[in-house]
Amino acid sequence: MTQDQQGMFGAAGTGDTSGYGGLVRSAASAGSAQRPFGGYFDQVADDLERAYPDFADAIERVVVDRGELTLHIKRERLVEVALILRDKLKFEMSMGVSGVHYPEDKNRELHAVYHLLSVTNNQRIRLEVSVPDTDPHIPSLVEVWAGSNWNERETFDMFGIIFDGHPGLTRILMPDDWQGHPQRKDYALGGIAVEYKGAVVPPPSDRRSYK
Amino acid sequence: MGLEEKLPSGIVLTSVEKLAGYMRKNSLWPATFGLACCAIEMMAAGAGRYDLARFGMEVFRASPRQADLMIVAGRVSNKMAPVLRQIYDQMAAPKWVIAMGACASSGGMFNNYAIVQGVDHVVPVDIYLPGCPPRPEMLMDAILKLHDQIYDEKLGPNREKVIKEVELAAMNATPTHQLKGLLA
Amino acid sequence: MSTYADPYASSRETTEGTVFSVTGGDWDSLVTEIGQAKEERVVVNMGPQHPSTHGVLRLVLELEGETVTEVRCGIGYLHTGIEKNIEFRNWTQATTFVTRMDYLAPLFNEAAYCLGVEKLLGITNDVPEKANVIRVMMMEFNRISSHMVALGTGALELGALSPMIFCFREREKVLDIFEFISGLRMNMAYIRPGGVAQDLPAGAVDKILATVKDLRHSFKDNEKLLVGNSIWMKRTEGIGYLDLAGATTLGVTGPVIRATGLPLDLRKIQPYSGYENYKFDVVTADTCDVYGRFLIRINELEQSLRIIEQCAEKLKSLEGAPVMVADKKIAWPAQLAIGADGMGNSLNHIREIMGTSMESLIHHFKLVTEGFRVPAGQVYSAVESPRGELGAHVVSDGGTRPYRVHFREPSFNNLQSTSAMCEGSMVADIIGAVASIDPVMGGVDR
Repeated sequence: MTQDQQGMFGAAGTGDTSGYGGLVRSAASAGSAQRPFGGYFDQVADDLERAYPDFADAIERVVVDRGELTLHIKRERLVEVALILRDKLKFEMSMGVSGVHYPEDKNRELHAVYHLLSVTNNQRIRLEVSVPDTDPHIPSLVEVWAGSNWNERETFDMFGIIFDGHPGLTRILMPDDWQGHPQRKDYALGGIAVEYKGAVVPPPSDRRSYK
Repeated sequence: MGLEEKLPSGIVLTSVEKLAGYMRKNSLWPATFGLACCAIEMMAAGAGRYDLARFGMEVFRASPRQADLMIVAGRVSNKMAPVLRQIYDQMAAPKWVIAMGACASSGGMFNNYAIVQGVDHVVPVDIYLPGCPPRPEMLMDAILKLHDQIYDEKLGPNREKVIKEVELAAMNATPTHQLKGLLA
Repeated sequence: MSTYADPYASSRETTEGTVFSVTGGDWDSLVTEIGQAKEERVVVNMGPQHPSTHGVLRLVLELEGETVTEVRCGIGYLHTGIEKNIEFRNWTQATTFVTRMDYLAPLFNEAAYCLGVEKLLGITNDVPEKANVIRVMMMEFNRISSHMVALGTGALELGALSPMIFCFREREKVLDIFEFISGLRMNMAYIRPGGVAQDLPAGAVDKILATVKDLRHSFKDNEKLLVGNSIWMKRTEGIGYLDLAGATTLGVTGPVIRATGLPLDLRKIQPYSGYENYKFDVVTADTCDVYGRFLIRINELEQSLRIIEQCAEKLKSLEGAPVMVADKKIAWPAQLAIGADGMGNSLNHIREIMGTSMESLIHHFKLVTEGFRVPAGQVYSAVESPRGELGAHVVSDGGTRPYRVHFREPSFNNLQSTSAMCEGSMVADIIGAVASIDPVMGGVDR
């Protein structure tokens, strides 16, 4: 899902003569988890399957990693799954949308991540929807959880994901006439070099970096 | 209309300058322009322990028309910059600006697309106050330095002379990019 | 007096004589239009620079007389791009950025972020006990100082000037503790991934207990002044009403939802950093209004003091315990001390890395230049900040820099409820409602 790391220390252009410069580390993404998931995840998955017969069709992947359950959902089924999670499985509160941009993940570059909290059952679950850059539309969840309103505006503002059905999808953090979506990986950080008495400190995006 | 139109000359002018400077500095009224973390330290400077009231400055005027000092406390984003300029324009002369904190002076640690790298891109600044955030005592030190500056401000023909001198000095000084420090 | 009836200069006879009304061309149509509209609507902009909007918040109000028909919030005036900035710094440096988001509760931002990083590293159980106790104690002190600002500025906006001075006086005592322990009053970057930046100085526990005693005594000033005060209650009771259904669907957490009666407190239901070992109560109210939220904040101060006392007791027996995780490949190597030129690495540490231990030198070098690597994955870690649930969605790609960190800020989600709370009320009540939500614009805009 992310770039392969080259070299031992990830620093390019070093005087590293050790021969470890040829090392290539590929970032493997967590594969789909197999049952049993552990903890309350099995109960949640069972309830969801019972309440939503098209479960296998809508859920692309289930990931259980570091004590958290992630359901990767197809965008067309997002609203249905969300309604079932809210009404039948009692995930009353949505913590908002978080966008992530994976430019290496071809055709699935933009991810929208929803964190849900069930107060009655004290459970957390994560929904993840992936859409391509060329068609960044996701159905809006404002009808399901009203609090998603500003969060979806922010994700649109920062990533360019268009939420269909949102009552007023405009920029919320950047000025209204700003061009571009700042938190995408292909948007420059925009810093300027600082010069003082002949010495230049480059902006943070251009400094020597260790990946 | 104002003081500037009715200035005398000579020794009397010097006395008038001193009197005007004394009165202006002793009751500077700040405009509320607290933006971020520095605003909290500014509020703490106005509160009980570090008391700004002893300088006559505890009244933070909400309306810029009634204020003469704008303490830009906090990071100025690109969206806020036109608002900052509008507030500055609404203040009546004489007016002064303190850029409080690293973000107001130079963009601070936020060298990116969203923050104006120093409010002197937007308004003329009299005192730059570093710190992240500067302690209330540092803010008071900056205000006192500003008081000294205000006390020494010249009026009328003396002012024009000072402006000419400063301009000449700036023209003859080495440009910043040719100043070389220890690193170059 | 002409007999020609000028359509734009009509006249009528009154007791004072003839009164002429001169109108322009399209003023006519405007006046007829307004005359036909049943109400008079005024659009008022409570702009980003305003003494009472709690920071750079822009409220666009549509008023009908004094009643508010629509409220819209304009935010983004403090957007700093912190989340994007972090992607260009390593995992430890990101703490210094993250701390400046919600600037009234810096330790909570750091805690949410560091708990997320620790979860990704898998060292949540390896964080030493003393570090956890110090984290809890500093977070509770921060809760007190944040509530002090909330109460003080809230009261100031509603017209009460003394609580502001009282609250900032108490806050100074808490800031003294912060300065004593971490070196800075605000934005300390004290909680780091793996533990805390440095150990408590000598005499810390006594100073803490003395401050707690002092605070418990001085909190009464505010209580005596405002609780039960009929003027205050008239200004705050029944104002800013938001019931449980509204709060749940809007994703509102913190004192606002606890004012509806739901005891939703992450410290109790999903404890972190050892909160399950402390005895404290979750404060709720059931009036769903500004007064209820105010009472909750006042009572949470006492609960925080209880937790701090328990922490201080624990710290007495943890003298000399480590405050950073034992794994040297992650632990920030600084052994800070005050030198002739300020705070920096202690000479003992420098002597060790330069003279005795090669591994220490390597660790110090690698950690400070490159930083540690965090295995790939994503986590969501949440803490209960004074404003609600502060969550960090941390995504790592296996490198030394955060790939994406998104903060679920409570102020951002809570501020959405302004429209629900204020529409239909008077203009002055908006101020009270926004003050009771207690938004911190640094957190809202990040």
